[in-house]
Amino acid sequence: MSTTHELLQEPPLAEHFDDLEQQHLSAQLGMWIFLATEALFFGGLFCAYTVYRRMHWIEFVVASRELNVAAGAINTAVLLTSSLTMALAVRAAKLRERRWLLIYLAITIVFGAVFLGIKAFEWSEDYERGLVPGSLFTFPFRPEFAGFAEIFFLLYFLMTGLHAIHLIIGIALVATVAGFCARHQYVAQGENLVEMTGLYWHFIDVIWVFLYPLLYLIDVHR
Amino acid sequence: MSHTIPSIRTYGFVYLALMLLLALTVGAAYLNLGSANILVALAIAVVKVVLIALYFMHLKGSNRLAWVFSAMGVAWLALLIGLTTLDFVSRWPALPGK
Repeated sequence: MSTTHELLQEPPLAEHFDDLEQQHLSAQLGMWIFLATEALFFGGLFCAYTVYRRMHWIEFVVASRELNVAAGAINTAVLLTSSLTMALAVRAAKLRERRWLLIYLAITIVFGAVFLGIKAFEWSEDYERGLVPGSLFTFPFRPEFAGFAEIFFLLYFLMTGLHAIHLIIGIALVATVAGFCARHQYVAQGENLVEMTGLYWHFIDVIWVFLYPLLYLIDVHR
Repeated sequence: MSHTIPSIRTYGFVYLALMLLLALTVGAAYLNLGSANILVALAIAVVKVVLIALYFMHLKGSNRLAWVFSAMGVAWLALLIGLTTLDFVSRWPALPGK
């Protein structure tokens, strides 16, 4: 127990900052800069999507119809819910409610895992139906559109795959932060940590909010 | 650090709004709005993202510098996609599709 006590004696303020507020603002600013670069990272794919969709919109419409709209909608709800619990975790950290912080972080991890589970189910479904680009791509539904439908599925797998990688990193981050906060009696040191992890988590949600309508809902009304 | 911490009620309302917008975006996709379908879907997505950024990401109570940097992220993205699209719209008239 003595080590825990020693850790508590550590001042939460790093020596190169004037005060806690400056430390907090620096962390926040750094995180927003990182998220801006992340937005551009995904931006390349969104840009490619925009160009190909404009050039081959019929193929995109036909290909998009093969996606599971309901699974995508459920996953959107799951991710939005995880964002709520993440926001509540940040709130609990600010109020120094350690128990609630750990509970909310745990629920967030569960929702993140549920999202990945549903996504894995969708991917295996896509695989079985021959929608994975490459030599396995058969697209038996409308073979005349197979060429650029394959481009759609390439973008679909790259975008949802990159998103899933981010979510896996997000889950690992949340678990690490939860471990840190569980080991320490108070969450004072963990407060910034929880908040920045929260920003990353919400960013993953934001990406999905755009991915869902762009990939799944292109032309479901016909 | 003198920001007031939002109440659970606030988060609840934002969450409710996000879920309603999700229902709206799925519902709107099933209506035939022609080329407006994509615009409606994107508009709803933007509203959702603004709600997430303002409340869940606490941009609302944040320092102006955080506002500037988050806005810059959007601005660079708009440049990337906007200028590329401009190229394809204006310089490639022989495109199939419209």
